[in-house]
Amino acid sequence: MAVFPSTAAAEAEGRIRKPRTRAGRDDATRGPNSRTQKAAYVFIAPIGLGFLVFYIWPMIQTFGYSFTDFGPFGGNTWIGGDNYARVLQDVTVWRAIGNTLLYGAIGLVTLPLSIAVAALLNRRGLRGVGVYRALYFIPFVTLPVAVGLVWNWLYNGNFGLLNEVLSWFGMSRHFWASDPSSALWAIGLVAVWQSVGYYLIIFIAGIKGIPQDYYEAAELDGAGPVRRFFTITLPLLSPSIFFAAVICVINSLQMFDLIYVMMSPTNPALGSTQSVVSLFYQWAFQQNNQGAAAALAFLLMLLTAALTFLQFRLQKRWVHYA
Amino acid sequence: MRDRLTRRVDGGSVATHVLLSLGALVMVFPFLWQLLTALKTLPEAVHVPTTLFPERWNWASFKEVFTALPYGEMLGNSVINTVGRTLGQLVFCSLAAYAFARMRFRGKDVLFALFLSVLLVPSSLLILPQYDIIQRLGLLNTAPALFLPGMFSAFGTFMLRQFFLSLPRELEEAARIDGAGPFRIFWSIMLPLIRPALAALAVITAMWSWNDLLWPLVVNTDPAKMPISAGLTSLEGQFETDYPVMMAGSLIASLPMIVLYLFLQRHFVQGIAQSGTKG
Repeated sequence: MAVFPSTAAAEAEGRIRKPRTRAGRDDATRGPNSRTQKAAYVFIAPIGLGFLVFYIWPMIQTFGYSFTDFGPFGGNTWIGGDNYARVLQDVTVWRAIGNTLLYGAIGLVTLPLSIAVAALLNRRGLRGVGVYRALYFIPFVTLPVAVGLVWNWLYNGNFGLLNEVLSWFGMSRHFWASDPSSALWAIGLVAVWQSVGYYLIIFIAGIKGIPQDYYEAAELDGAGPVRRFFTITLPLLSPSIFFAAVICVINSLQMFDLIYVMMSPTNPALGSTQSVVSLFYQWAFQQNNQGAAAALAFLLMLLTAALTFLQFRLQKRWVHYA
Repeated sequence: MRDRLTRRVDGGSVATHVLLSLGALVMVFPFLWQLLTALKTLPEAVHVPTTLFPERWNWASFKEVFTALPYGEMLGNSVINTVGRTLGQLVFCSLAAYAFARMRFRGKDVLFALFLSVLLVPSSLLILPQYDIIQRLGLLNTAPALFLPGMFSAFGTFMLRQFFLSLPRELEEAARIDGAGPFRIFWSIMLPLIRPALAALAVITAMWSWNDLLWPLVVNTDPAKMPISAGLTSLEGQFETDYPVMMAGSLIASLPMIVLYLFLQRHFVQGIAQSGTKG
């Protein structure tokens, strides 16, 4: 396991012994340099070892798992691409991928909402900005499990407050989180509600970076607040929006906590809300189907990479760097 | 104040406050509803039509949570998990970040690229082998199982590296001339200078650790060894219909992070603005 630091140290010694082309410079710095070199490896070794054991080796192993049939007692057999073939032919997988993409699309709704709030908070001379920011951020720091539980309670078809309020407007009761036609939207809404405050902070920081002179000049030219928002704030905020969109898509593709909490195993809407990660959890830890689960995890990584790459490609069309 | 005296009431500002307050109400209302439900008796909580305030303020649910589940232990496990990950990240990330930011050594670029790859891989991809390692180490259902992988963070390393890069070089040179060794320079000169960054990383890591669900669900299935995030889901299983108890349990579980946030808001915000991604 200790391959990483020891090779590093060997490399270090190798470098010291090896005569370098720019001999003069090397001579002048040899003493402190070799000492800092060793120190640098000592500084990096602990986390390097941790990464090697808990991240890099598992990365390689997952890749290996995805080509094996997982035996109960470590008797794994190599089955080539069978897991991938099986995963790609499985209807539940495609459904989970579809759901996950839909979560991503719903998640993007968070961005215009938080931009709007950030723009309102940016109003000159507005009081209580700190209080508003704190209140909007609270859902984000709250335990996701607790968030899921309280929203399930609000969505409850029998005693939920949401139905109570809607009944004032003459709407009939609806089991929001257990009807397959609405459950995914119900969960997506909670995800949006939960993360508005997070993106708000990114956008407030972005808006703060826009020079005040632009607004003053536009105001002198007679541009109203709406006009100023669309011609100054929005274009100059586009780098922040791009960053937030990338993060938002990556996070939405990893949807798990809310689904796990809001969907009990007996919920009839489970299939229509399951994300790739929740399906992965089910296969890997409830159905002992680790090989296929590993293949699924790899497909998720490819999907994430593809969508992130696409976003970077499209960036040139709409992001303005000042 | 001056505005009020010299101008007519600013209609735009009133409209802004109305909009923002409505939004804030939407953000906070579920928590108020959680509290109000926790304080009701079960018959009152499921009564139709719904009442807003409890007729009789009933605190029993807050006690019942602790007798129904090893709730105290679960909270303790969360504290251990959170402290373990946070301390680990502060120590390990700051050391590596300093080396990457301020030291010249062979293989730096390759190692840095390797660190970058850790940052880019989704955590769910690694859970199967990570579980395997924890199992082989005989650590399933122990406290270290919760925090061991989370002590090492590529994100933390990158964040601190940015801060180390911004420090002036003269400080190190002066210390070196005075005969201080690399560790001495790191510990007593450079580290104190990035204290705001360390605080921000600590607060953000604490939040991710307290709220983390997938990993604890996998490694610690024994209720007495679960952190509160996973414990709450088992409360959901057992008390599917006792809403006041469930709401009281949720409230107790999320309160520590809300309090931490309200006290250390500045660091939270700085950490988020600095980062964007999970630890």
